[in-house]
Amino acid sequence: MRNSKRSQSIAFFFLFLSTLLIVVPVGLIVVIIIIKGIPAINWQFIFDIPRQGMRAGGIFPAIIGTIYLVTGAIIFALPIGLLAAIYLSEYARDNFLTRIIKLAIINLSGVPSVVYGLFGLALFVVFFKFGASILSGSLTLGIMILPIIITTSREALESVPQSFREVSLSLGASKWQTIRHIVLPNAIPGILTGTILGLGRAAGETAPILFTVAAFYLPRLPKSIFDQAMALPYHLYVISTQVPNVDEKIRYGTALVLLMLVLSMNLVAIIIRYKFRKKKKW
Amino acid sequence: MRKLKEGIIEKLILICGLASIFFVVLIFLFLLKEGLSVFKTVNPFNFLSGKNWYPISEPPQLGILPLILGSFLVTIGASIISIPIGVACAIYIAEIAPGNIKEVLKSGIELLAAIPSVVLGFIGMVTLVPWVKAVFHLPTGLTALSGAIMLAFMAMPTIVSIAEDALYSIPKSYKEGAFALGATHWQTIWRVMLPAASSGILAAIMLGIGRVIGETMAVMMITGNAAVIPHTILQPVRTLTATIAAEMGEAVVGSEHYFALFAIGIVLFIISFAINVGADLFLHRKKT
Repeated sequence: MRNSKRSQSIAFFFLFLSTLLIVVPVGLIVVIIIIKGIPAINWQFIFDIPRQGMRAGGIFPAIIGTIYLVTGAIIFALPIGLLAAIYLSEYARDNFLTRIIKLAIINLSGVPSVVYGLFGLALFVVFFKFGASILSGSLTLGIMILPIIITTSREALESVPQSFREVSLSLGASKWQTIRHIVLPNAIPGILTGTILGLGRAAGETAPILFTVAAFYLPRLPKSIFDQAMALPYHLYVISTQVPNVDEKIRYGTALVLLMLVLSMNLVAIIIRYKFRKKKKW
Repeated sequence: MRKLKEGIIEKLILICGLASIFFVVLIFLFLLKEGLSVFKTVNPFNFLSGKNWYPISEPPQLGILPLILGSFLVTIGASIISIPIGVACAIYIAEIAPGNIKEVLKSGIELLAAIPSVVLGFIGMVTLVPWVKAVFHLPTGLTALSGAIMLAFMAMPTIVSIAEDALYSIPKSYKEGAFALGATHWQTIWRVMLPAASSGILAAIMLGIGRVIGETMAVMMITGNAAVIPHTILQPVRTLTATIAAEMGEAVVGSEHYFALFAIGIVLFIISFAINVGADLFLHRKKT
Protein backbone atom coordinates (compact mmCIF):
# COMPACT_ATOMS: atom_id res chain seq x y z
CA MET A 1 0.00 0.00 0.00
CA ARG A 2 2.75 2.43 0.91
CA ASN A 3 4.50 1.50 -2.31
CA SER A 4 1.52 2.38 -4.43
CA LYS A 5 1.13 5.67 -2.56
CA ARG A 6 4.74 6.50 -3.28
CA SER A 7 4.53 5.64 -6.95
CA GLN A 8 1.47 7.86 -7.10
CA SER A 9 3.40 10.82 -5.67
CA ILE A 10 6.24 10.24 -8.12
CA ALA A 11 3.87 9.95 -11.07
CA PHE A 12 1.94 13.06 -10.10
CA PHE A 13 5.18 14.96 -9.69
CA PHE A 14 6.18 14.10 -13.28
CA LEU A 15 2.75 15.03 -14.59
CA PHE A 16 3.07 18.38 -12.85
CA LEU A 17 6.58 18.85 -14.25
CA SER A 18 5.36 18.17 -17.80
CA THR A 19 2.65 20.76 -17.39
CA LEU A 20 5.18 23.33 -16.21
CA LEU A 21 7.40 22.48 -19.19
CA ILE A 22 4.64 23.71 -21.48
CA VAL A 23 3.09 26.56 -19.54
CA VAL A 24 6.26 28.25 -18.26
CA PRO A 25 7.85 28.77 -21.71
CA VAL A 26 4.55 30.19 -23.00
CA GLY A 27 4.58 32.77 -20.23
CA LEU A 28 8.28 33.47 -20.80
CA ILE A 29 7.81 34.03 -24.54
CA VAL A 30 5.06 36.56 -23.98
CA VAL A 31 7.02 38.34 -21.22
CA ILE A 32 10.26 38.47 -23.26
CA ILE A 33 8.48 39.95 -26.27
CA ILE A 34 6.70 42.54 -24.14
CA ILE A 35 9.83 43.61 -22.21
CA LYS A 36 12.10 43.80 -25.25
CA GLY A 37 9.44 45.15 -27.59
CA ILE A 38 8.04 48.00 -25.51
CA PRO A 39 11.07 50.32 -25.92
CA ALA A 40 10.51 50.27 -29.69
CA ILE A 41 6.87 51.27 -29.48
CA ASN A 42 6.20 54.94 -30.04
CA TRP A 43 4.04 57.14 -32.21
CA GLN A 44 6.49 57.09 -35.09
CA PHE A 45 6.93 53.31 -35.03
CA ILE A 46 3.20 52.69 -35.38
CA PHE A 47 2.28 55.48 -37.78
CA ASP A 48 5.32 55.95 -40.03
CA ILE A 49 6.32 54.11 -43.18
CA PRO A 50 9.48 51.95 -43.05
CA ARG A 51 12.65 53.83 -43.96
CA GLN A 52 16.26 52.96 -44.88
CA GLY A 53 15.42 49.48 -46.18
CA MET A 54 13.25 48.68 -43.15
CA ARG A 55 16.07 49.47 -40.72
CA ALA A 56 14.34 52.58 -39.44
CA GLY A 57 10.96 54.25 -39.48
CA GLY A 58 7.70 52.51 -38.69
CA ILE A 59 5.46 49.65 -39.69
CA PHE A 60 2.26 51.49 -40.61
CA PRO A 61 1.83 49.98 -44.11
CA ALA A 62 2.20 46.48 -42.65
CA ILE A 63 -0.45 47.17 -40.02
CA ILE A 64 -2.84 48.59 -42.61
CA GLY A 65 -2.12 45.71 -44.99
CA THR A 66 -2.98 43.18 -42.31
CA ILE A 67 -6.20 45.03 -41.45
CA TYR A 68 -7.24 45.02 -45.14
CA LEU A 69 -6.45 41.32 -45.51
CA VAL A 70 -8.29 40.31 -42.37
CA THR A 71 -11.32 42.41 -43.27
CA GLY A 72 -11.41 40.92 -46.77
CA ALA A 73 -11.09 37.40 -45.40
CA ILE A 74 -13.99 37.85 -42.99
CA ILE A 75 -16.26 39.49 -45.61
CA PHE A 76 -15.75 36.35 -47.68
CA ALA A 77 -15.77 33.70 -44.96
CA LEU A 78 -18.46 34.89 -42.55
CA PRO A 79 -21.53 34.65 -44.84
CA ILE A 80 -20.50 31.29 -46.30
CA GLY A 81 -19.39 29.93 -42.93
CA LEU A 82 -22.53 31.07 -41.15
CA LEU A 83 -24.88 29.65 -43.78
CA ALA A 84 -22.91 26.39 -43.77
CA ALA A 85 -23.28 26.26 -39.98
CA ILE A 86 -27.03 26.88 -40.29
CA TYR A 87 -27.23 24.04 -42.78
CA LEU A 88 -25.40 21.65 -40.46
CA SER A 89 -27.28 22.62 -37.34
CA GLU A 90 -30.81 23.17 -38.69
CA TYR A 91 -31.21 21.24 -41.93
CA ALA A 92 -28.69 18.40 -42.17
CA ARG A 93 -29.94 14.92 -41.41
CA ASP A 94 -27.72 12.26 -39.97
CA ASN A 95 -26.76 10.76 -43.30
CA PHE A 96 -23.81 10.05 -45.54
CA LEU A 97 -23.74 13.54 -47.05
CA THR A 98 -23.52 15.18 -43.65
CA ARG A 99 -20.71 12.83 -42.71
CA ILE A 100 -18.81 13.82 -45.86
CA ILE A 101 -19.36 17.52 -45.14
CA LYS A 102 -17.99 17.11 -41.62
CA LEU A 103 -15.01 15.19 -42.92
CA ALA A 104 -14.38 17.93 -45.48
CA ILE A 105 -14.41 20.57 -42.73
CA ILE A 106 -11.91 18.54 -40.69
CA ASN A 107 -9.68 18.20 -43.71
CA LEU A 108 -9.95 21.86 -44.57
CA SER A 109 -8.73 22.72 -41.08
CA GLY A 110 -5.88 20.24 -41.39
CA VAL A 111 -4.49 21.37 -44.75
CA PRO A 112 -1.02 22.88 -44.12
CA SER A 113 -1.03 26.66 -44.37
CA VAL A 114 1.60 26.68 -47.10
CA VAL A 115 -0.65 24.46 -49.24
CA TYR A 116 -3.32 27.16 -48.95
CA GLY A 117 -0.66 29.50 -50.27
CA LEU A 118 -0.07 27.24 -53.29
CA PHE A 119 -3.80 26.93 -53.88
CA GLY A 120 -4.29 30.70 -53.70
CA LEU A 121 -1.44 31.18 -56.12
CA ALA A 122 -2.81 28.66 -58.63
CA LEU A 123 -6.47 29.71 -58.42
CA PHE A 124 -6.61 33.42 -57.65
CA VAL A 125 -3.25 34.78 -58.78
CA VAL A 126 -2.70 32.71 -61.93
CA PHE A 127 -6.05 31.21 -63.02
CA PHE A 128 -8.32 34.18 -62.24
CA LYS A 129 -5.47 36.59 -63.04
CA PHE A 130 -6.02 38.69 -59.90
CA GLY A 131 -2.23 38.84 -59.59
CA ALA A 132 -0.52 39.14 -56.24
CA SER A 133 -3.10 41.38 -54.63
CA ILE A 134 -5.11 42.05 -51.50
CA LEU A 135 -8.04 40.32 -53.21
CA SER A 136 -6.11 37.07 -53.78
CA GLY A 137 -4.67 37.12 -50.27
CA SER A 138 -8.01 37.81 -48.63
CA LEU A 139 -9.77 35.03 -50.49
CA THR A 140 -7.00 32.57 -49.62
CA LEU A 141 -7.13 33.52 -45.94
CA GLY A 142 -10.94 33.43 -46.09
CA ILE A 143 -10.99 29.80 -47.23
CA MET A 144 -8.41 28.97 -44.57
CA ILE A 145 -10.52 30.33 -41.68
CA LEU A 146 -13.78 28.88 -43.02
CA PRO A 147 -13.56 25.72 -40.85
CA ILE A 148 -13.06 27.79 -37.67
CA ILE A 149 -16.12 29.89 -38.42
CA ILE A 150 -18.29 26.92 -39.40
CA THR A 151 -17.34 24.88 -36.32
CA THR A 152 -17.80 27.64 -33.74
CA SER A 153 -21.01 28.99 -35.32
CA ARG A 154 -22.46 25.51 -35.50
CA GLU A 155 -21.75 24.95 -31.81
CA ALA A 156 -23.41 28.28 -31.01
CA LEU A 157 -26.50 27.42 -33.06
CA GLU A 158 -26.78 23.94 -31.62
CA SER A 159 -26.59 25.26 -28.07
CA VAL A 160 -29.89 27.12 -28.57
CA PRO A 161 -32.46 24.85 -26.88
CA GLN A 162 -34.73 22.82 -29.12
CA SER A 163 -37.80 24.10 -27.21
CA PHE A 164 -37.20 27.65 -28.55
CA ARG A 165 -37.59 26.34 -32.09
CA GLU A 166 -40.63 24.26 -31.22
CA VAL A 167 -42.45 27.21 -29.63
CA SER A 168 -41.73 29.42 -32.63
CA LEU A 169 -42.86 26.77 -35.11
CA SER A 170 -46.03 26.06 -33.10
CA LEU A 171 -46.94 29.75 -33.31
CA GLY A 172 -47.04 29.38 -37.07
CA ALA A 173 -43.62 30.77 -37.96
CA SER A 174 -41.89 29.17 -40.91
CA LYS A 175 -38.59 27.37 -40.55
CA TRP A 176 -36.58 30.28 -41.93
CA GLN A 177 -38.46 32.81 -39.74
CA THR A 178 -37.65 30.66 -36.73
CA ILE A 179 -33.97 30.56 -37.65
CA ARG A 180 -33.86 34.26 -38.51
CA HIS A 181 -35.73 35.61 -35.47
CA ILE A 182 -35.26 33.01 -32.76
CA VAL A 183 -32.19 30.85 -33.31
CA LEU A 184 -29.75 33.40 -34.79
CA PRO A 185 -30.22 36.18 -32.19
CA ASN A 186 -29.62 33.68 -29.40
CA ALA A 187 -26.49 32.35 -31.08
CA ILE A 188 -24.93 35.75 -31.87
CA PRO A 189 -22.35 35.77 -29.02
CA GLY A 190 -21.06 32.34 -30.03
CA ILE A 191 -20.90 33.31 -33.68
CA LEU A 192 -19.06 36.51 -32.76
CA THR A 193 -16.54 34.51 -30.74
CA GLY A 194 -15.85 32.27 -33.72
CA THR A 195 -15.55 35.22 -36.07
CA ILE A 196 -13.02 36.96 -33.85
CA LEU A 197 -10.99 33.76 -33.44
CA GLY A 198 -10.97 33.49 -37.23
CA LEU A 199 -9.80 37.09 -37.51
CA GLY A 200 -6.95 36.38 -35.10
CA ARG A 201 -5.88 33.33 -37.06
CA ALA A 202 -5.96 35.23 -40.36
CA ALA A 203 -3.97 38.11 -38.90
CA GLY A 204 -1.15 35.85 -37.73
CA GLU A 205 -0.69 33.55 -40.73
CA THR A 206 2.25 34.07 -43.04
CA ALA A 207 2.48 31.10 -45.40
CA PRO A 208 -0.87 31.64 -47.20
CA ILE A 209 0.00 35.25 -48.07
CA LEU A 210 3.61 34.62 -49.13
CA PHE A 211 2.83 34.22 -52.83
CA THR A 212 -0.65 35.71 -53.00
CA VAL A 213 -0.24 39.26 -51.74
CA ALA A 214 2.77 40.01 -49.57
CA ALA A 215 5.12 42.73 -50.71
CA PHE A 216 8.70 42.54 -49.47
CA TYR A 217 9.11 46.30 -49.14
CA LEU A 218 6.40 48.72 -50.17
CA PRO A 219 6.71 51.95 -48.22
CA ARG A 220 3.28 53.31 -49.10
CA LEU A 221 -0.30 52.36 -48.43
CA PRO A 222 -2.13 50.05 -50.88
CA LYS A 223 -4.42 51.93 -53.28
CA SER A 224 -6.97 49.28 -54.23
CA ILE A 225 -7.77 45.64 -53.64
CA PHE A 226 -5.72 44.80 -56.73
CA ASP A 227 -2.62 46.28 -55.15
CA GLN A 228 0.04 44.32 -53.32
CA ALA A 229 0.46 45.08 -49.64
CA MET A 230 2.85 44.55 -46.78
CA ALA A 231 1.53 42.50 -43.87
CA LEU A 232 2.70 42.28 -40.27
CA PRO A 233 3.60 38.58 -40.06
CA TYR A 234 5.44 38.63 -43.38
CA HIS A 235 7.19 41.84 -42.37
CA LEU A 236 8.41 40.17 -39.17
CA TYR A 237 9.69 37.24 -41.22
CA VAL A 238 11.46 39.56 -43.65
CA ILE A 239 13.20 41.72 -41.06
CA SER A 240 14.26 38.75 -38.96
CA THR A 241 15.66 36.56 -41.75
CA GLN A 242 16.00 38.42 -45.03
CA VAL A 243 17.39 41.84 -44.14
CA PRO A 244 20.76 41.97 -42.35
CA ASN A 245 21.57 44.48 -39.61
CA VAL A 246 18.08 45.34 -38.55
CA ASP A 247 18.09 46.77 -35.05
CA GLU A 248 16.87 44.08 -32.65
CA LYS A 249 14.52 46.64 -31.12
CA ILE A 250 12.58 46.93 -34.39
CA ARG A 251 12.22 43.15 -34.63
CA TYR A 252 10.92 42.83 -31.10
CA GLY A 253 8.67 45.85 -31.61
CA THR A 254 7.12 44.29 -34.72
CA ALA A 255 6.70 40.95 -32.93
CA LEU A 256 5.03 42.76 -30.04
CA VAL A 257 2.55 44.62 -32.26
CA LEU A 258 1.63 41.40 -34.06
CA LEU A 259 1.36 39.41 -30.83
CA MET A 260 -0.80 42.06 -29.17
CA LEU A 261 -3.07 42.31 -32.20
CA VAL A 262 -3.67 38.54 -32.20
CA LEU A 263 -3.89 38.14 -28.43
CA SER A 264 -6.26 41.07 -27.97
CA MET A 265 -8.61 39.49 -30.50
CA ASN A 266 -8.47 36.22 -28.59
CA LEU A 267 -9.05 38.06 -25.34
CA VAL A 268 -12.14 39.79 -26.72
CA ALA A 269 -13.43 36.40 -27.89
CA ILE A 270 -12.83 34.90 -24.44
CA ILE A 271 -14.60 37.81 -22.71
CA ILE A 272 -17.64 37.54 -24.97
CA ARG A 273 -17.83 33.81 -24.33
CA TYR A 274 -17.50 34.32 -20.59
CA LYS A 275 -20.17 37.02 -20.38
CA PHE A 276 -22.49 34.97 -22.51
CA ARG A 277 -22.11 31.93 -20.27
CA LYS A 278 -22.93 33.99 -17.22
CA LYS A 279 -25.97 35.59 -18.82
CA LYS A 280 -27.36 32.42 -20.30
CA LYS A 281 -30.62 31.58 -18.58
CA TRP A 282 -31.47 28.19 -20.00
CA MET B 1 -43.89 35.43 -52.40
CA ARG B 2 -42.64 34.48 -48.97
CA LYS B 3 -42.50 30.85 -50.05
CA LEU B 4 -40.30 31.81 -53.01
CA LYS B 5 -37.98 33.92 -50.90
CA GLU B 6 -37.57 31.18 -48.35
CA GLY B 7 -37.03 28.63 -51.07
CA ILE B 8 -34.16 30.73 -52.42
CA ILE B 9 -32.66 31.18 -48.96
CA GLU B 10 -32.82 27.46 -48.24
CA LYS B 11 -31.12 26.69 -51.55
CA LEU B 12 -28.40 29.18 -50.62
CA ILE B 13 -27.97 27.52 -47.24
CA LEU B 14 -27.63 24.12 -48.90
CA ILE B 15 -25.03 25.47 -51.34
CA CYS B 16 -22.98 26.97 -48.51
CA GLY B 17 -23.33 23.73 -46.59
CA LEU B 18 -21.66 21.98 -49.47
CA ALA B 19 -18.97 24.68 -49.76
CA SER B 20 -16.43 22.83 -47.63
CA ILE B 21 -16.59 19.77 -49.87
CA PHE B 22 -16.29 22.05 -52.86
CA PHE B 23 -13.18 23.79 -51.48
CA VAL B 24 -11.41 20.56 -50.47
CA VAL B 25 -11.98 19.18 -53.97
CA LEU B 26 -10.98 22.49 -55.55
CA ILE B 27 -7.72 22.62 -53.58
CA PHE B 28 -6.85 19.07 -54.59
CA LEU B 29 -7.75 19.65 -58.25
CA PHE B 30 -5.65 22.79 -58.52
CA LEU B 31 -2.69 21.10 -56.85
CA LEU B 32 -3.05 18.25 -59.35
CA LYS B 33 -3.51 20.60 -62.29
CA GLU B 34 -0.23 22.40 -61.57
CA GLY B 35 1.69 19.60 -59.90
CA LEU B 36 1.17 16.66 -62.23
CA SER B 37 3.00 18.43 -65.09
CA VAL B 38 6.29 17.75 -63.35
CA PHE B 39 5.87 14.04 -64.04
CA LYS B 40 6.35 14.68 -67.74
CA THR B 41 10.03 15.27 -67.01
CA VAL B 42 10.64 13.10 -63.96
CA ASN B 43 8.79 9.91 -63.14
CA PRO B 44 6.97 9.76 -59.79
CA PHE B 45 9.32 7.15 -58.37
CA ASN B 46 12.45 9.21 -59.10
CA PHE B 47 10.69 12.31 -57.80
CA LEU B 48 10.03 10.69 -54.43
CA SER B 49 13.32 8.80 -54.11
CA GLY B 50 15.76 11.09 -55.91
CA LYS B 51 18.61 12.14 -53.64
CA ASN B 52 19.32 15.50 -55.25
CA TRP B 53 17.20 18.62 -55.06
CA TYR B 54 18.80 21.13 -57.43
CA PRO B 55 15.72 22.72 -58.97
CA ILE B 56 17.51 25.53 -60.80
CA SER B 57 20.52 23.69 -62.20
CA GLU B 58 20.52 22.80 -65.90
CA PRO B 59 18.90 20.27 -66.28
CA PRO B 60 17.10 20.53 -62.93
CA GLN B 61 17.40 17.60 -60.55
CA LEU B 62 14.10 17.11 -58.81
CA GLY B 63 14.42 14.47 -56.10
CA ILE B 64 12.60 15.25 -52.90
CA LEU B 65 14.07 12.49 -50.73
CA PRO B 66 16.24 14.96 -48.75
CA LEU B 67 13.14 17.05 -48.06
CA ILE B 68 11.05 14.04 -47.06
CA LEU B 69 13.82 12.89 -44.72
CA GLY B 70 14.11 16.44 -43.35
CA SER B 71 10.40 16.53 -42.56
CA PHE B 72 10.57 12.97 -41.20
CA LEU B 73 13.53 13.67 -38.90
CA VAL B 74 12.01 16.85 -37.49
CA THR B 75 8.62 15.15 -37.05
CA ILE B 76 10.10 12.12 -35.25
CA GLY B 77 12.07 14.41 -32.96
CA ALA B 78 9.05 16.56 -32.22
CA SER B 79 6.89 13.49 -31.56
CA ILE B 80 9.36 11.98 -29.11
CA ILE B 81 9.31 15.22 -27.12
CA SER B 82 5.69 16.23 -27.44
CA ILE B 83 3.76 12.97 -27.04
CA PRO B 84 4.82 12.07 -23.47
CA ILE B 85 4.84 15.66 -22.23
CA GLY B 86 1.58 16.54 -23.97
CA VAL B 87 -0.31 13.48 -22.74
CA ALA B 88 1.10 13.97 -19.23
CA CYS B 89 -0.08 17.58 -19.25
CA ALA B 90 -3.53 16.49 -20.44
CA ILE B 91 -3.75 13.99 -17.55
CA TYR B 92 -2.67 16.65 -15.08
CA ILE B 93 -5.25 19.14 -16.34
CA ALA B 94 -8.08 16.62 -16.62
CA GLU B 95 -7.52 14.70 -13.39
CA ILE B 96 -5.27 16.38 -10.88
CA ALA B 97 -5.29 20.18 -11.16
CA PRO B 98 -7.80 21.85 -8.83
CA GLY B 99 -10.61 23.92 -10.37
CA ASN B 100 -9.17 27.40 -10.71
CA ILE B 101 -5.62 26.28 -11.55
CA LYS B 102 -7.14 24.10 -14.23
CA GLU B 103 -8.71 27.16 -15.87
CA VAL B 104 -5.39 29.04 -15.72
CA LEU B 105 -3.53 26.12 -17.31
CA LYS B 106 -6.14 25.77 -20.02
CA SER B 107 -5.89 29.47 -20.86
CA GLY B 108 -2.10 29.09 -20.99
CA ILE B 109 -2.44 26.32 -23.56
CA GLU B 110 -4.98 28.36 -25.55
CA LEU B 111 -2.57 31.28 -25.46
CA LEU B 112 0.13 29.09 -27.00
CA ALA B 113 -2.24 28.05 -29.77
CA ALA B 114 -2.95 31.70 -30.54
CA ILE B 115 0.67 32.84 -30.93
CA PRO B 116 1.42 33.21 -34.68
CA SER B 117 4.01 30.73 -35.91
CA VAL B 118 6.21 33.50 -37.31
CA VAL B 119 6.46 34.99 -33.81
CA LEU B 120 7.45 31.60 -32.38
CA GLY B 121 9.97 31.24 -35.19
CA PHE B 122 11.44 34.63 -34.33
CA ILE B 123 11.65 33.77 -30.62
CA GLY B 124 13.21 30.42 -31.54
CA MET B 125 15.86 32.23 -33.59
CA VAL B 126 16.89 34.52 -30.76
CA THR B 127 16.66 32.08 -27.84
CA LEU B 128 16.56 28.39 -28.81
CA VAL B 129 19.02 28.50 -31.72
CA PRO B 130 21.94 30.12 -29.77
CA TRP B 131 21.21 27.72 -26.90
CA VAL B 132 21.42 24.61 -29.11
CA LYS B 133 24.60 25.99 -30.66
CA ALA B 134 26.25 26.54 -27.27
CA VAL B 135 25.13 23.28 -25.63
CA PHE B 136 26.29 21.02 -28.48
CA HIS B 137 29.29 23.15 -29.56
CA LEU B 138 28.04 23.40 -33.13
CA PRO B 139 29.06 25.78 -35.90
CA THR B 140 25.39 26.72 -36.22
CA GLY B 141 22.35 26.30 -34.03
CA LEU B 142 20.04 26.14 -37.03
CA THR B 143 19.51 22.38 -36.85
CA ALA B 144 16.85 19.69 -37.03
CA LEU B 145 16.98 19.52 -33.24
CA SER B 146 16.03 23.20 -32.83
CA GLY B 147 13.19 22.65 -35.26
CA ALA B 148 12.05 19.52 -33.44
CA ILE B 149 11.98 21.28 -30.06
CA MET B 150 10.05 24.24 -31.45
CA LEU B 151 7.60 22.01 -33.31
CA ALA B 152 7.05 19.84 -30.24
CA PHE B 153 6.06 23.00 -28.45
CA MET B 154 3.72 24.02 -31.26
CA ALA B 155 2.02 20.61 -31.31
CA MET B 156 1.18 20.82 -27.60
CA PRO B 157 -2.12 22.72 -27.80
CA THR B 158 -3.54 20.15 -30.24
CA ILE B 159 -2.35 17.13 -28.27
CA VAL B 160 -3.29 18.48 -24.84
CA SER B 161 -6.76 19.75 -25.68
CA ILE B 162 -7.90 16.68 -27.63
CA ALA B 163 -6.38 14.19 -25.15
CA GLU B 164 -7.97 16.12 -22.29
CA ASP B 165 -11.36 15.93 -24.01
CA ALA B 166 -10.88 12.18 -24.40
CA LEU B 167 -10.08 11.74 -20.70
CA TYR B 168 -12.92 14.02 -19.69
CA SER B 169 -15.51 12.10 -21.68
CA ILE B 170 -14.88 8.76 -19.91
CA PRO B 171 -17.96 7.83 -17.86
CA LYS B 172 -17.59 8.66 -14.16
CA SER B 173 -18.58 5.10 -13.23
CA TYR B 174 -15.26 3.72 -14.55
CA LYS B 175 -13.34 5.83 -12.10
CA GLU B 176 -15.71 5.16 -9.22
CA GLY B 177 -15.53 1.44 -9.88
CA ALA B 178 -11.73 1.49 -9.72
CA PHE B 179 -11.76 3.54 -6.51
CA ALA B 180 -14.28 1.17 -4.96
CA LEU B 181 -11.90 -1.70 -5.63
CA GLY B 182 -9.26 0.11 -3.58
CA ALA B 183 -7.08 1.42 -6.42
CA THR B 184 -5.15 4.63 -5.82
CA HIS B 185 -5.84 7.64 -8.04
CA TRP B 186 -2.70 6.98 -10.10
CA GLN B 187 -3.52 3.28 -10.53
CA THR B 188 -6.96 4.33 -11.72
CA ILE B 189 -5.49 6.76 -14.24
CA TRP B 190 -2.87 4.32 -15.49
CA ARG B 191 -4.90 1.11 -15.60
CA VAL B 192 -8.45 2.35 -16.22
CA MET B 193 -8.65 5.88 -17.60
CA LEU B 194 -5.77 5.76 -20.09
CA PRO B 195 -6.87 2.49 -21.74
CA ALA B 196 -10.46 3.75 -21.86
CA ALA B 197 -9.37 6.98 -23.52
CA SER B 198 -6.80 5.35 -25.78
CA SER B 199 -8.51 5.94 -29.10
CA GLY B 200 -9.09 9.62 -28.29
CA ILE B 201 -5.48 10.01 -27.18
CA LEU B 202 -4.29 8.30 -30.34
CA ALA B 203 -6.35 10.76 -32.37
CA ALA B 204 -4.78 13.62 -30.37
CA ILE B 205 -1.30 12.33 -31.18
CA MET B 206 -2.11 11.93 -34.87
CA LEU B 207 -3.52 15.45 -35.15
CA GLY B 208 -0.49 16.78 -33.26
CA ILE B 209 1.79 15.08 -35.79
CA GLY B 210 -0.33 16.51 -38.59
CA ARG B 211 0.24 19.96 -37.16
CA VAL B 212 4.00 19.31 -37.04
CA ILE B 213 4.24 18.12 -40.65
CA GLY B 214 2.24 21.08 -41.93
CA GLU B 215 3.99 23.78 -39.93
CA THR B 216 5.90 26.12 -42.19
CA MET B 217 7.19 29.47 -40.99
CA ALA B 218 8.78 28.60 -37.65
CA VAL B 219 10.43 25.53 -39.12
CA MET B 220 11.78 27.50 -42.06
CA MET B 221 13.28 30.10 -39.74
CA ILE B 222 15.12 27.75 -37.40
CA THR B 223 16.12 24.55 -39.20
CA GLY B 224 18.80 26.06 -41.42
CA ASN B 225 17.25 25.21 -44.80
CA ALA B 226 19.86 22.89 -46.23
CA ALA B 227 18.30 20.54 -48.77
CA VAL B 228 20.71 17.67 -48.15
CA ILE B 229 20.12 14.22 -46.71
CA PRO B 230 20.60 14.62 -42.94
CA HIS B 231 22.76 12.14 -41.04
CA THR B 232 22.26 13.40 -37.51
CA ILE B 233 19.70 15.53 -35.75
CA LEU B 234 22.36 18.18 -35.16
CA GLN B 235 22.54 19.11 -38.84
CA PRO B 236 20.59 21.73 -40.75
CA VAL B 237 17.68 20.24 -42.68
CA ARG B 238 14.91 21.48 -44.89
CA THR B 239 11.34 20.28 -44.69
CA LEU B 240 8.75 19.85 -47.46
CA THR B 241 6.78 22.86 -46.27
CA ALA B 242 9.81 25.14 -45.92
CA THR B 243 10.93 24.25 -49.45
CA ILE B 244 7.66 25.47 -50.92
CA ALA B 245 7.64 28.63 -48.83
CA ALA B 246 11.28 29.48 -49.51
CA GLU B 247 11.40 28.76 -53.23
CA MET B 248 7.99 29.57 -54.67
CA GLY B 249 8.75 33.28 -54.61
CA GLU B 250 11.63 32.74 -57.07
CA ALA B 251 10.12 30.00 -59.22
CA VAL B 252 8.88 31.15 -62.62
CA VAL B 253 5.20 30.36 -63.18
CA GLY B 254 5.05 27.41 -65.58
CA SER B 255 8.64 26.25 -65.06
CA GLU B 256 9.57 22.76 -63.92
CA HIS B 257 10.58 24.18 -60.58
CA TYR B 258 7.09 25.67 -60.18
CA PHE B 259 5.43 22.36 -61.07
CA ALA B 260 7.74 20.46 -58.72
CA LEU B 261 6.79 22.70 -55.79
CA PHE B 262 3.11 22.01 -56.51
CA ALA B 263 3.91 18.29 -56.61
CA ILE B 264 5.36 18.68 -53.10
CA GLY B 265 2.06 20.35 -52.22
CA ILE B 266 0.23 17.22 -53.45
CA VAL B 267 2.41 15.06 -51.19
CA LEU B 268 1.62 17.31 -48.20
CA PHE B 269 -2.08 17.37 -49.01
CA ILE B 270 -2.24 13.58 -49.18
CA ILE B 271 -0.34 13.19 -45.89
CA SER B 272 -2.62 15.65 -44.08
CA PHE B 273 -5.72 14.07 -45.63
CA ALA B 274 -4.67 10.61 -44.45
CA ILE B 275 -3.88 11.85 -40.94
CA ASN B 276 -7.16 13.73 -40.56
CA VAL B 277 -9.34 10.93 -41.89
CA GLY B 278 -7.46 8.43 -39.70
CA ALA B 279 -7.84 10.59 -36.58
CA ASP B 280 -11.52 11.09 -37.34
CA LEU B 281 -12.03 7.34 -37.54
CA PHE B 282 -10.47 6.94 -34.09
CA LEU B 283 -12.59 9.73 -32.62
CA HIS B 284 -15.68 8.31 -34.24
CA ARG B 285 -15.06 4.81 -32.93
CA LYS B 286 -14.99 6.19 -29.42
CA LYS B 287 -18.54 7.47 -29.70
CA THR B 288 -20.21 4.26 -30.79
